[in-house]
Amino acid sequence: MRRILVVADCVGPGLDDSCWELLTAARTLAGAGGRVAAAVLGHGVGALASELAGGYDEVFAFDDPRLVDPDGEGDALALEPLIARGGFAAILLPHTNRGIDLAPGLSVLAGVPLLADCLALAWDGDALAGTRTVYGGKVHARVVAAAGVKGAMATVRGGAFPAAAHGAAGGAVKAEALPAGFAPRRHAIRTVAPAPGDVDISQAELLVAVGRGIEDEENLGIVRELAAALGAELCCSRPVVDKGWLPKSRQVGTSGVTVRPRVYVAVGISGSFQHIGGIKGSPYLVAINKDAAAPIFGVADVGIVGDLFEVVPALEAAVRKAKS
Amino acid sequence: MDIIVCIKRVPNLAEAEIEIAKDGRRLVADDLDWDVNEWDDFAIEAAVRLKEAHGGTVTAITVGDEEAEEALRRALAMGADAAIHVRDELLAGADPWLTAVALQRAIHGHPFDLVLCGAIASDGASGHVGGMLAALLGVPCVALATGLEVRGRTALVRHEVEGGLEREVEMALPGLVTAQSGLNEPRYVSIRGIRKVADMEIAVKTAADLGLAGKAMECRVRLEGLSLPPAGKGAEILGGDVDTAVATLVARLHEKGGL
Ligand SMILES: Cc1cc2nc3c(=O)[nH]c(=O)nc-3n(C[C@H](O)[C@H](O)[C@H](O)COP(=O)(O)OP(=O)(O)OC[C@H]3O[C@@H](n4cnc5c(N)ncnc54)[C@H](O)[C@@H]3O)c2cc1C
Ligand SMILES: Nc1ncnc2c1ncn2[C@@H]1O[C@H](COP(=O)(O)O)[C@@H](O)[C@H]1O
Repeated sequence: MRRILVVADCVGPGLDDSCWELLTAARTLAGAGGRVAAAVLGHGVGALASELAGGYDEVFAFDDPRLVDPDGEGDALALEPLIARGGFAAILLPHTNRGIDLAPGLSVLAGVPLLADCLALAWDGDALAGTRTVYGGKVHARVVAAAGVKGAMATVRGGAFPAAAHGAAGGAVKAEALPAGFAPRRHAIRTVAPAPGDVDISQAELLVAVGRGIEDEENLGIVRELAAALGAELCCSRPVVDKGWLPKSRQVGTSGVTVRPRVYVAVGISGSFQHIGGIKGSPYLVAINKDAAAPIFGVADVGIVGDLFEVVPALEAAVRKAKS
Repeated sequence: MDIIVCIKRVPNLAEAEIEIAKDGRRLVADDLDWDVNEWDDFAIEAAVRLKEAHGGTVTAITVGDEEAEEALRRALAMGADAAIHVRDELLAGADPWLTAVALQRAIHGHPFDLVLCGAIASDGASGHVGGMLAALLGVPCVALATGLEVRGRTALVRHEVEGGLEREVEMALPGLVTAQSGLNEPRYVSIRGIRKVADMEIAVKTAADLGLAGKAMECRVRLEGLSLPPAGKGAEILGGDVDTAVATLVARLHEKGGL
């Protein structure tokens, strides 16, 4: 029987899905008779707090004009006193950009251990233990936080826990004030959306995705040809955009576009969770990679282990032949 | 302006045969290739560009074993002026917290305007050291930077935030920024470039030199064990030569409505 705190992530005017996934994690860790609390920070978050109270036993609402833009430093300064007095056995944050910005600094302010990007969480006696991936997803690790009176923090990967059902009412909402002397040293100037691209890959039914395995911009021709033969749009992993070979609007992943195709052909992509996280709706996933141990083969439906410079032209020719 | 950049040497596992050591806590490292962590390359480049624009110095720091010197040489070849190597067997299994503590101690006594870290190290993949180090240094931090300029005593940072958006923030200096990939295009480092800095002196510090002992040397997170991912369902791997595999794939795509 434990008390668990979840930090809610909001996107624009709504709650992020992670709020309900973390509720599942929190209930499991709280155990029978335990209590789960959420903290929500922002300006005008009354409605979000009520919505959270439909699933959480208690909601701490930090509602203040100074919190209008999510800010890792401001959030940490606000949450630290709550954690200091709270008696929470665990504090869970989503492993989203907001969690990444907030968690490390908060863990130091609060003086608690922090587990990163957990796929599973459990108690090892009084210590919080997590399962996570390391080395680009090729190795799993079990990590244990030092047990301490102030609890432990963990960030949780999106999709690791199913979203909990939640209702209309239930928990108590408590208004929380910002601590005296609240003075973040960073300030938002403006928020910008990525520039729209020439195509909207989120709507494409067929996608050919190219990754770092393509090695050079000059080699993109072969995947363009394959996409053309299939009547598919071309998309890519992040390194291809980082190098400026394709525009950001074609990047699939947690920091790119979320796609829902019927068929997804991944070429020279290792299958990081940040990439796979952008592929929704369970498409038929094809992987072409020369490394049989690449994590992409763990999630693909079908795969060819081979050199893309041989496989892709051969596939293009076979597709054209089958279509004619 | 004086800039400190924290870098780590990491194994490149792209096509490596992975073997977990008997103690279950390390990889068998004999055949692995090593590089500077991908994200740290962006951090070094950002540091050197700021120095080129505003003057000042760049100091690279790593906490790592003897071989980690390679990473520092690379940073020097890219334009760093000095390097500090925190090297101690006692720090071998350091978690992000202890790494951040060691970095903070190593930075102590070096006045700085900006500290740059990578957003994440590709080995342990925690993305914690930067934010923890900022808190230990008592300076503000912005994570996941995709743009960085300095104007006087302020850094103008563009960074990735919720919902696929980016936000521009002003951060008072001194401060810390973590570099997201794509922040810039890291310059090419030639073998000749590395050779040129081969004789530059690198300050080596042990844990004791940094006053680290006893409780200050405790990790907050213990690695209990590494394992290979469970085989799971996995993909159906199409065998045979390329033409056979491709022919089967075309048939599968036909069934699934991909043609
Ligand atoms: C906060 C954050 C957000 C991120 N967001 C995203 C995101 O939105 N989208 C995204 O994609 N990534 C994202 N990333 C980056 C992600 O962690 C990985 O670094 C990235 O997805 C790797 O891309 P890749 O698979 O193309 O490259 P790698 O991981 O380098 O894989 C290349 C693959 O190509 C294979 N290969 C090489 N040569 C050949 C050949 N000749 N034939 C066949 N196969 C070959 C290799 O075996 C390897 O598996 C993010 C990272 C962070 C920290
Ligand atoms: N051993 C180390 N020595 C120096 N810097 C490090 C070390 N480990 C991590 N860092 C820095 O912290 C960043 C994030 O690492 P991590 O928290 O391990 O994912 C890296 O990109 C580096 O900039």
